[in-house]
Amino acid sequence: MIDLDETDRKIIQATQAGLPLTPQPYQTLAEQLGLTTDDVMLRMSAMQNSGIIRRIGAVPNHYRLGYRFNGMTVWNVPDETIDELGQKVGQLEFVSHCYHRPRHLPEWPYNLFAMVHGKSQEEVDKQIRQIYDLLGDNNLGSDVLYSTKILKKTGFRTTTRMQESGCRASENPTTINP
Amino acid sequence: MDEIDKQIINALQDGFPICDAPYRQVASHLGLTEQNLIIRLKALLDNGTLTRFGPLYNAEQMGGALTLAAVKAPIERFDEITEIINSFPEVAHNYARNHELNMWFVLATQTPEQIQQTINEIEQQTGLTVYNMPKNKEYFVSLKLEA
Repeated sequence: MIDLDETDRKIIQATQAGLPLTPQPYQTLAEQLGLTTDDVMLRMSAMQNSGIIRRIGAVPNHYRLGYRFNGMTVWNVPDETIDELGQKVGQLEFVSHCYHRPRHLPEWPYNLFAMVHGKSQEEVDKQIRQIYDLLGDNNLGSDVLYSTKILKKTGFRTTTRMQESGCRASENPTTINP
Repeated sequence: MDEIDKQIINALQDGFPICDAPYRQVASHLGLTEQNLIIRLKALLDNGTLTRFGPLYNAEQMGGALTLAAVKAPIERFDEITEIINSFPEVAHNYARNHELNMWFVLATQTPEQIQQTINEIEQQTGLTVYNMPKNKEYFVSLKLEA
């Protein structure tokens, strides 16, 4: 955990909803917060370097880009091999997230999670087969869970904002798969 | 969404500069004017093609906590359970999935302790067991999708 001061937290709060769409967005932020533009830029660079900001950029809606098949693939692999296998699976270009998570035996034996995204079922099936081949004998069982509906999506709000106003819920649950 | 929009989406997933006139810098790489880039970006946000544009913060680095959790919601109570779970501000995402564990949600809290408290409250209000699956290790996270 990295120490943030009040000014950092003000910047975080002011940019949670996004960066201003003005020609000089950091200057706009500085004016809003009563800071200098240099201070805003230096602090945001520091937060990016320390990993508080993963990146500054755009987050697309998968479905709107045609990625309608989003599978959470889950695998049961021996604990002693999981770090090595997790690294390999995470490196596949179609895997967006890859984690080691705890099993809940007996009903949930899976400990390796990899999210895959495709524009067709065939594409996703091919991706899954690739993971299957990669894991080989270390695959003791697997499943794929497709999302059938987004029930809520607010994005991650940081703690300061959450405390103040709660999260913004999506207006309506959206059906996402045919 | 046309070819230019796709180029904008792909370029902006890679990152955005911290400098005086960052839109101008990105626009020049894409062969656009600064104003055109800003107008298109605003349209992509307004019509929901982009869910967000700006810094993506890492909650855990700020002392917060995240977890993935799931419940088995009985079909006849699905809407009621959805409503209860969505009412928690700690619930950032909630997805229906095709499995016996049919509702999967992400909790984001200010402190690690609040994860367990929130899970306890959800269990109390729904009467269901919450399967907590915090990450033991992260191997890879990247949100980049080719437009």
